[in-house]
Amino acid sequence: MSEPLLEVQDLVKHFPIRKGLVTRTVGAVRAVDGVSFTLQRGETLGLVGESGCGKTTIGRCLLRLIEPSSGSINLYVDGKASDLMQMNPAELKRVRPRMQMVFQDPQASLNSRMTVGDIIAEPLVVNHVCRGAELEQRVVSLLEAVGLRAQDRRRYPHAFSGGQRQRVGIARALALQPSLIVADEPVSALDVSVQAQVLNLMTDLRSQFGLSYVFISHGLGVVEHICDRVAVMYLGRIVEMGVTRDLFLNPRHPYTEALLSAAPVADPREQRKRERIRLTGDVPSPANPPSGCRFHPRCRYAQPICSQQEPQLTEASPGCLVACHFATELKLAGV
Amino acid sequence: MTNMNPGSTANMQIEDELSEDPQALDRGSLSYRQLVWRRFRKSKLAIIGAGILIALYSLSLFADFFAPYSYITDNMLNRYVPPTHVHVYDTKAGNLRWPFVYGLKSTRDRETMELSFTEDTTKTYPVTLFHRGDSYRMLGIVSSNLHLIGSDGPFYIAGTDRMGRDLFSRILFGGRVSLTIGLVGVFLSILLGSLLGILSGYRGGWLDVAIQRIIELLSAFPAIPLWMSLAAALPAGWSGLQVYFAITVILSLLGWGGLARQVRGKVLSTRDADYVMAARAAGASHWYVITRHLAPTAYSHIIIIATLSIPGMILGETALSFLGLGIRPPMTSWGVLLQDAQRVTVVLHYPWLLISSLPVVIVVIAFNFVGDALRDAADPYSN
Repeated sequence: MSEPLLEVQDLVKHFPIRKGLVTRTVGAVRAVDGVSFTLQRGETLGLVGESGCGKTTIGRCLLRLIEPSSGSINLYVDGKASDLMQMNPAELKRVRPRMQMVFQDPQASLNSRMTVGDIIAEPLVVNHVCRGAELEQRVVSLLEAVGLRAQDRRRYPHAFSGGQRQRVGIARALALQPSLIVADEPVSALDVSVQAQVLNLMTDLRSQFGLSYVFISHGLGVVEHICDRVAVMYLGRIVEMGVTRDLFLNPRHPYTEALLSAAPVADPREQRKRERIRLTGDVPSPANPPSGCRFHPRCRYAQPICSQQEPQLTEASPGCLVACHFATELKLAGV
Repeated sequence: MTNMNPGSTANMQIEDELSEDPQALDRGSLSYRQLVWRRFRKSKLAIIGAGILIALYSLSLFADFFAPYSYITDNMLNRYVPPTHVHVYDTKAGNLRWPFVYGLKSTRDRETMELSFTEDTTKTYPVTLFHRGDSYRMLGIVSSNLHLIGSDGPFYIAGTDRMGRDLFSRILFGGRVSLTIGLVGVFLSILLGSLLGILSGYRGGWLDVAIQRIIELLSAFPAIPLWMSLAAALPAGWSGLQVYFAITVILSLLGWGGLARQVRGKVLSTRDADYVMAARAAGASHWYVITRHLAPTAYSHIIIIATLSIPGMILGETALSFLGLGIRPPMTSWGVLLQDAQRVTVVLHYPWLLISSLPVVIVVIAFNFVGDALRDAADPYSN
């Protein structure tokens, strides 16, 4: 289990802000600002945070679908690490099959002009993996792997429900037999009942195909269900990362505590007893983040030091990294 | 258009689908084009428009056969003859008979010295189907002298012009130039416009800026003076066919801008779509993304814009020829025909010359009907 698959070091993505007739750069949106983590083989790492914190940007940077500004992304293929950031287009094309993506909006991620069969076959065709009858066979087995029927390959996406479309998206991601799948809010657009089905499917496929997931989500319930470890993000940085169970029971960062308190609990009596932490103010602009700890303007435990010095992500207890000056002192409520 | 009826669909499926409800399967496996067609045919106006267009195009294409005369047959004795009346009632015999025309009696006006025509009821000529008249070589292949309709007498249903040529026949022949110049011109515009539009939207950056500024420059010129100066630059010695192609090139060189803009917009909106991301994540090349995802999405848009811009081209040709800078006689087009109607005195005395503006109006309206319906049908997934 302790064999790394992906090592991300100081990943940074700044989107330049351009202005004027003669375009000049006047600043940058720091969507992702120094993110590091390691993903083990067979593991599911959750990335959570509110919208605009850079989760999706990380996902796209990992696959180099958008160019990261700096940092390194080491992917282990057959035990050897290679840095995606150093690769030229030809080398990149060779490792692309190792990592695939599942998207949030199952409507937008399938081309409505193509049949489902063509959509699933696309990665195989693009990489010249197979053709003809063999291709047909592969598509059918992929459809069956995600719980669709063989005859569905001739139909168009508009004939499917949201959950079924997401299954098609998953089948497409599986086509090249990747070891890593970046799932960008794969169930956020689905009904709750369908969410569970898709999550169970993803769990089954993980053991069946030996996959690792980077699972991006804003729904804590979903993350708790599927992830081994969770990284909580705020304004382009990871503020806390740890084993899911631990993190939910004993959050060590005030932001994690606030996030957990916002997630509803199924039992209404339990729900009434809980204290809800209301965060005041809006998320600051990532183009102009606050000084010191980025969370300090909204943090109810903030001290003078928080606005002056930026806390580093350090190990607060075994396997649990926190970026807070008072990580060991605060007694925070979990769920 | 396959798979349109459920019966044939069921036959095409293999055994594993026999259990499937054929109706439901049929709907799900309708392609984008089939969905668009389903919506399009619901619009009555569009069907009427398309019918008119098909009729006019075939009338023009086979004008040799459909027109009673050839477009260059002149008769100096029958100049400016008003539209002939076709009679079915024989006043002398007092009974109904097969349609016929009377002969012409010309008298010279003493003041204007112009001929004026009245019917000579002593001579009757039956109107015949499959009439043997002027001989022709249709499309350079079929030689014949057979005309759908005609008569041995004066059979000018839209009158004649100043050289005694049958206007109706000339309208049919003129349609060849006027109707095809729109198609050829738009085809060239599409080539240029979609190529530059896709390039501009996909590549972005300085290239995008450059192309957009060129389009703005082109659209900032007043159209008619620009056409005129370009058309005036055509060598006088060129043959009719050369002029024809030069005019289409001029019209399309100035008309691609709007199309390129719209294609660019479409490409911009699909360039970052998730399914394009997925293709790129699989390692697809730019070429693959453009040809498999971006171009097909823009394609429906392109067809609509093309349909809507053909009338503009037709009007453009008509305007140029009307001003005497387009198609040159003896070749004819609707603009050339309208040229005769430039002077007010001519219009006053011979108002039937204005009939040649009628097909222009009909074609432009028909194209707009079709284009509008296509636009509404282009997004079959919305309700």
